[in-house]
Amino acid sequence: MNLVASSSVSWKSNSNNSDRVEKNEFPAGLRVLVVDDDPTCLMILEKMLRNCHYEVTKSNRAEIALSMLRENRNGFDIVISDVHMPDMDGFKLLEHVGLEMDLPVIMMSADDSKDVVMKGVTHGACDYLIKPVRIEALKNIWQHVIRKKKHEWKDKDFEQSTNVEDGDQHQKPPEDVDYSSSANEGNWKSSKRRKEEEDETEERDDTSTLKKPRVVWSVELHQQFVQAVNQLGIDKAVPKKILELMNVPGLTRENVASHLQKYRLYLRRLSGVSQHQNGLNDSFMGHPEAAYGTMTSFSGLELQALAATGQLPAQSLATFQAAALGRSATKSAISMPLVDQRNLFSFENPKLRYPEGQQQLNNSNKQINLLHGIPTTMEPKQLADLHQSSQSFVPMNMQGNARMQQNNALLMHMSQQQQKQPSRGQMLNESNNGQVSRPPLSMSQPLSSNGIPAAILSRNGIVDNVRGPVYNPVSQASSMVDFSLNQTTELQNSFPLVSSNSGMSTLTSKRLIPEEVNSDIKGSRGFPVGYDIFEELHQQKSQDWGIQNVGSAFGASDHSSIPGTLDVSPSMLVQQGISSMKKNGQNGNSPMGEPQLNLFSGGNLLTVKAEQLPDTSYQSNFLLEQFGQDDLMSAILKQQESVGEVETEFGFDGYPPLDNLPV
Amino acid sequence: MLKSSKYFRSSLGERNFWGFTKCFIEEKREDEAADWWPSWTSLRPLDVSPGYVDEQFVELEELQDDATPNFVEEVVSLFYEDSARLIHAIDQSLENHPIDFAKLDNYMYQFKGSSSSIGAKKVKTECTQFMEYCRAQNVEGCKRTFQQLKGEYTTLQRKLEIYFQ
Repeated sequence: MNLVASSSVSWKSNSNNSDRVEKNEFPAGLRVLVVDDDPTCLMILEKMLRNCHYEVTKSNRAEIALSMLRENRNGFDIVISDVHMPDMDGFKLLEHVGLEMDLPVIMMSADDSKDVVMKGVTHGACDYLIKPVRIEALKNIWQHVIRKKKHEWKDKDFEQSTNVEDGDQHQKPPEDVDYSSSANEGNWKSSKRRKEEEDETEERDDTSTLKKPRVVWSVELHQQFVQAVNQLGIDKAVPKKILELMNVPGLTRENVASHLQKYRLYLRRLSGVSQHQNGLNDSFMGHPEAAYGTMTSFSGLELQALAATGQLPAQSLATFQAAALGRSATKSAISMPLVDQRNLFSFENPKLRYPEGQQQLNNSNKQINLLHGIPTTMEPKQLADLHQSSQSFVPMNMQGNARMQQNNALLMHMSQQQQKQPSRGQMLNESNNGQVSRPPLSMSQPLSSNGIPAAILSRNGIVDNVRGPVYNPVSQASSMVDFSLNQTTELQNSFPLVSSNSGMSTLTSKRLIPEEVNSDIKGSRGFPVGYDIFEELHQQKSQDWGIQNVGSAFGASDHSSIPGTLDVSPSMLVQQGISSMKKNGQNGNSPMGEPQLNLFSGGNLLTVKAEQLPDTSYQSNFLLEQFGQDDLMSAILKQQESVGEVETEFGFDGYPPLDNLPV
Repeated sequence: MLKSSKYFRSSLGERNFWGFTKCFIEEKREDEAADWWPSWTSLRPLDVSPGYVDEQFVELEELQDDATPNFVEEVVSLFYEDSARLIHAIDQSLENHPIDFAKLDNYMYQFKGSSSSIGAKKVKTECTQFMEYCRAQNVEGCKRTFQQLKGEYTTLQRKLEIYFQ
């Protein structure tokens, strides 16, 4: 504002817009935040903006800029950011700003290639400047601020006119929006804290007639929003209901509506980015690895194996749900496949986190298929149960997040191969920031599609036996939740391992550590077996996925054991373990031996002897992806039948409790 | 001198890439050319060696005003600092085995960005060339181009030094 010496009107003041507009100082005083890692460029931009009579704040680090924005929500009108920055991608910053602060962001870069510019557009940048930037280009940036405010007003107008609740609020003409609203926005934003709810309400009432304070979407607020949306389901998330769920005083339906719109765009972009065949990648990424891991293991065989551990089925379900919740467990990607990915990821959980290790997940559709197969088998009821369970999981996820994260690392490793969206992971990771409170939106939905896991769980008598947690789809969720809550340590271990392991390990061995698990699995004991089994059973496509899953389950290091495809996702791991156990005789692989079970928990988990499970078909269940849904179902059913055949050393009579499992 | 250039610029009809140099010289002769001439000639690196800086540099000059009379000089010094670091990093990377082309590309991208910000035209051209070799993973091409780049960079420094005097 210093530059506008004579003007008493400032962007921050409450003065009338018209005054400002009339005076020639407009758009003087516009508060710009410039972010660029190049100091030369930063200096030049600052000088240029100062020459335009704007108020400039510069930063050479995106993190610093973001914290500045968060601290002072109403302190800036527009952000200009470089695309390529060392500490944070410019587009990521763009997303953060758009979601949290809803400020117009201009991207700039020396790179003028179309795809980068397009990326800017899809991420919501309001403009894209090519370097070197000329002062003429900067002179007009105020138009973006005005335009945005105008749109907000329009939205509110529209909503208000259609919204009976809002009653007498009326909108100011758009022209007045920009300046005065920014002032109000400042007030609005500053007071928008829980403890200041009352103030906010008052303020709002006062200004509602004239000005619409701008809502600042803080991180917490956004998390609440995401939770609410997840609970409702992305398809059913209407602003009114979200508003009710969020229960934030002072928040209007319009605020929620416009934020929802942005969020949907964000999700869509995320899904578009992860061009996974199944499109699950996105969803996978964010899902808690634990959840997914367990989910994948829902194949019939797995369930049985899980049953042995007792924990597994429930756990799987839990993890699954947890995954759906979008925990940072990127590993969940694996588990995602179990759940109908399509459904799950329709929302694209932006908060998904990619585990650090996430590198090219093999993103094979196959993997996803695994899940697909499963869901089909689920009965509607079960699906509903799952759904419910998953919903209940949401909170759990958050709590288990820490654990999941640990698991994530492990799962991630395992699922690496399967997932193919490393970028997505990054993005997700960033967005997630380990925020537990952001369950993936897809959570609510996917469960319905994942009927299979639930179904499997329900069928799995083991569930009941192990440790007590109930393994019905419905109850599993809850039990899982409890489980996860209560047994943090256990879960941790279990989670990483593609769900199945985690479930098992935590339940039985309580000390299942991802590392341990991996090492156990290392023998790649099950891999060859599993692989073979799948091959046999499902000629359709020996997906790498299946194998990979197996491989991954056993730990990345073991991949070598299974040529190529062993990068089985964690979910496969469980299956692998189980299948390996069963396969013992079948594959003729040595691994099948007793150690199989060790996979899950350093060996303690299951004493199930691999030999006991001769039924290859059983294993095939694990390779969900490999089979189409129908196949999966049949495989599962077959397994179930065969389970009974299996020696009961495991006590696998149709998922009977595993008495002989050393817990 | 910068001020005169601005002033001069607007009155020009005929422009070279500087926009004014040509006419300026003649015009100045009419005025007190004798006094100005020597300083002008030395002042204008572009005039002497066209192609080293482009219009962006003029933009920077335009930004300079009474409040910040040494703006261009400050920016250029900042550029030297930053680019020295990058040059050093690139040199090191080129010595590594195996060469990390992605990293090199990244460095060069930054270098290109800053050199274009100050209008260092020839340097920027070399940067683009370097990046192409990088993408083609052509080690020899990269090394060669980098040598050229450093040459251009040094020349630019020399010219600007004169300019700032």
